[in-house]
Amino acid sequence: MEFITMVSDLMIPLVFLFIIIYGLLNKNDVYDTFIEGAKEGITIIIKIMPTLIGLMVAVGMFRASGAMGILVKIVEPITDIIKFPSELVPIAIMRTISSSATTGLVLDLFKVHGPDSYIGRMASIMMGCTETIFYTMSIYFMSINIKKTRYTLAGALIANAAGIIASVYLTMKIFG
Amino acid sequence: MLNYIWAGMIIISIIVASFTGRLQEVTQAALNSSKEAVMFCIGFLGVMSLWIGLMSIGEKSGLIGKLTKKMNPILRFLFPNVPDGHPAQKYIATNIIANILGLGWAATPPGLKAMKSLQDLNKNKTAATKEMCTFLIINISSVQLLPITIIAYRLEYGSKNPTEIIAPAIIATLVSTTVGIIFAKIMSSIRKN
Repeated sequence: MEFITMVSDLMIPLVFLFIIIYGLLNKNDVYDTFIEGAKEGITIIIKIMPTLIGLMVAVGMFRASGAMGILVKIVEPITDIIKFPSELVPIAIMRTISSSATTGLVLDLFKVHGPDSYIGRMASIMMGCTETIFYTMSIYFMSINIKKTRYTLAGALIANAAGIIASVYLTMKIFG
Repeated sequence: MLNYIWAGMIIISIIVASFTGRLQEVTQAALNSSKEAVMFCIGFLGVMSLWIGLMSIGEKSGLIGKLTKKMNPILRFLFPNVPDGHPAQKYIATNIIANILGLGWAATPPGLKAMKSLQDLNKNKTAATKEMCTFLIINISSVQLLPITIIAYRLEYGSKNPTEIIAPAIIATLVSTTVGIIFAKIMSSIRKN
């Protein structure tokens, strides 16, 4: 477990070091390139901001009205059996449909329970595993007019389920 | 789809709130959340720009191009029916590398080009080939070296150690992708064409 903590701590410094030294060795003006690239961040954030406003408002209202609490209570008896936190059910389901709506739910979860809580950590680990299944499939297949998608959906759902199971197990082992 | 989810959440909130007597809280939440979204974006902008800046050094110095070329043996294993040197290989590699480096938005354009190239190799233009299925399963279960967005979210909401989830997140994403690949491999050996 200590090794896992070490990897987490070292990952970002190592990426910094590796990329900057590689850039210098290849005679790149690393600072100028960095500044040029960082500008792109602004465009990306401005593009996602309206979506995020829309979805954070909807999720915030959903939580404040008590509807989120009711939803979580409904699934609780089922999730208790498989030892999966009921609070994460909306996130796991939304993850297959829309990534921005998932972001709204995750940020709401962090606000209510904190990112360092048990379920906060579990949600964090879970988020890295998958892309939005239905959205990605429709964009990619529609672009070339494919009607029969064969076993793509089954494969994506199985991979997704494996990622969720791994996240639950790892959170229990490392932070439990 | 999002049309109904978004509208549904708001309508249900208001109906539930009128029963639970929390209409005022709901109004408050709507106003506060919109403000919070903007505040969040400002914090997020910092981490995002940092990461993209760093990645453009990787791109300009040729590191990303080199990584893409290194993908060839893996691609040959994953997509045995794509002939060597076919443009699909390059696009698939670019897509996978962008996903690994957490540049999701940069992964879509080469991903769509990869689909188009795979379609050129397809005999039945309305049914997906095994290659397409494998590619999309890998793409959807994307391996990520650094879950940079989730680190940014954790940072924004006051985590004491935002990066503590990196190693478990890498393991979890490897598990999901490996399972996806195994499934795709099994299916493509059972199915014809």
